[in-house]
Amino acid sequence: MAEFRLPPNSRVRKGKHVAAREGATNTRRFAVYRYDPDQGENPRIDTYDVDMDSCGPMVLDALIKIKNEMDPTLTFRRSCREGICGSCAMNIDGGNTLACTRAVDATHGEVRIYPLPHMPVVKDLVPDLSNFYAQYASIKPWLQASTPPPAYHERLQSKAEQEKIDVPAACILCACCSASCPSYWWNSDRYLGPAALLAAYRWLVDSRDEARDERLDALDDSFKLYRCHTIMNCTQACPKGLNPAKAIAETKKMLVERRQRSRPHGGLPQQP
Amino acid sequence: MRNTEKPLSPHLSIYRWPITMTISILHRVTGVAMSAGLVVFAWWLSSVALGGDSYDGFVAVMSSLPGCVLLIGWSFAFFLHLANGIRHLVWDFGHGFEKRQADASAWFVVLFAIAATAAFWWLP
Repeated sequence: MAEFRLPPNSRVRKGKHVAAREGATNTRRFAVYRYDPDQGENPRIDTYDVDMDSCGPMVLDALIKIKNEMDPTLTFRRSCREGICGSCAMNIDGGNTLACTRAVDATHGEVRIYPLPHMPVVKDLVPDLSNFYAQYASIKPWLQASTPPPAYHERLQSKAEQEKIDVPAACILCACCSASCPSYWWNSDRYLGPAALLAAYRWLVDSRDEARDERLDALDDSFKLYRCHTIMNCTQACPKGLNPAKAIAETKKMLVERRQRSRPHGGLPQQP
Repeated sequence: MRNTEKPLSPHLSIYRWPITMTISILHRVTGVAMSAGLVVFAWWLSSVALGGDSYDGFVAVMSSLPGCVLLIGWSFAFFLHLANGIRHLVWDFGHGFEKRQADASAWFVVLFAIAATAAFWWLP
């Protein structure tokens, strides 16, 4: 059942303010979600005035500057700083995106930064993604084929077959989409969420994969797949411009088409 | 799966609602509102069947200001739910999933519902 209110230990309080250094003229205020597991206190919002004249253009640049120069306790994940690792996924100005590819100037006024929504928080902007990764593993994201591979070359694909998986395979598993989805917020224990379903689709349309039927069987579940209500937040959020909502719709179509094939004369389903 | 000791990060309260999300929840809200409206619809039918005083009573209640607001609200709910239902049907065929298409169709649903409600009540 959907729980719209945050539990008591999660309600956010007002935190401290850190001013910019003396003489800074071009500052921007960053309001950042903070939670320290060692203190056992509720999460809080700290505000930092960052001198933008000595700061890079992206939100991640500002976070790194805050950590280096203003508050070394600030904790967040980051690695590649160019939108390919997916580590710095967070909620910026109300939308899930990557801090490294999001310009500070894309936001007017205060820049509000939260961890990915409706996730257990390990510390500050670091969410616990264990469930997210477990769901990804559950769709068996690897090639399944019972026929042995050709002796002298790889399993080959035509260009058109390759193009089918190019786009969904560009997913970096940053979790922006799943953490943007209200259906996933309320049912993340049973609904796989857009990221895992996009990954499932990537293997369903792979011409080399031979477990299509088993994959569809595993997805044909009122919660795992059909909790998608086409809210479209996933597609709106994806920092790579992918379209999980469309992939989910295509998966639903595959299930319908398979059912149609199993009773070709369009008869009603047999009652068990 | 949720670790109850770790705090849960804020969600509804901090998320900036895209138009598609707003229409999605409105679809559900209007569906629930119309289900509730069935009671009034049944009352209307039974008052027609009973005739005379019974029907006059119904008309008196529904011609009051709150009655009119409810009726206009239900007609708006009907048109919004209808248009968005067709939008869902198109989606079920796999069309209209690009971001711009989904945004445009969401706005179309809103404008259609407003225009159809206005036309329904105020066109001669």
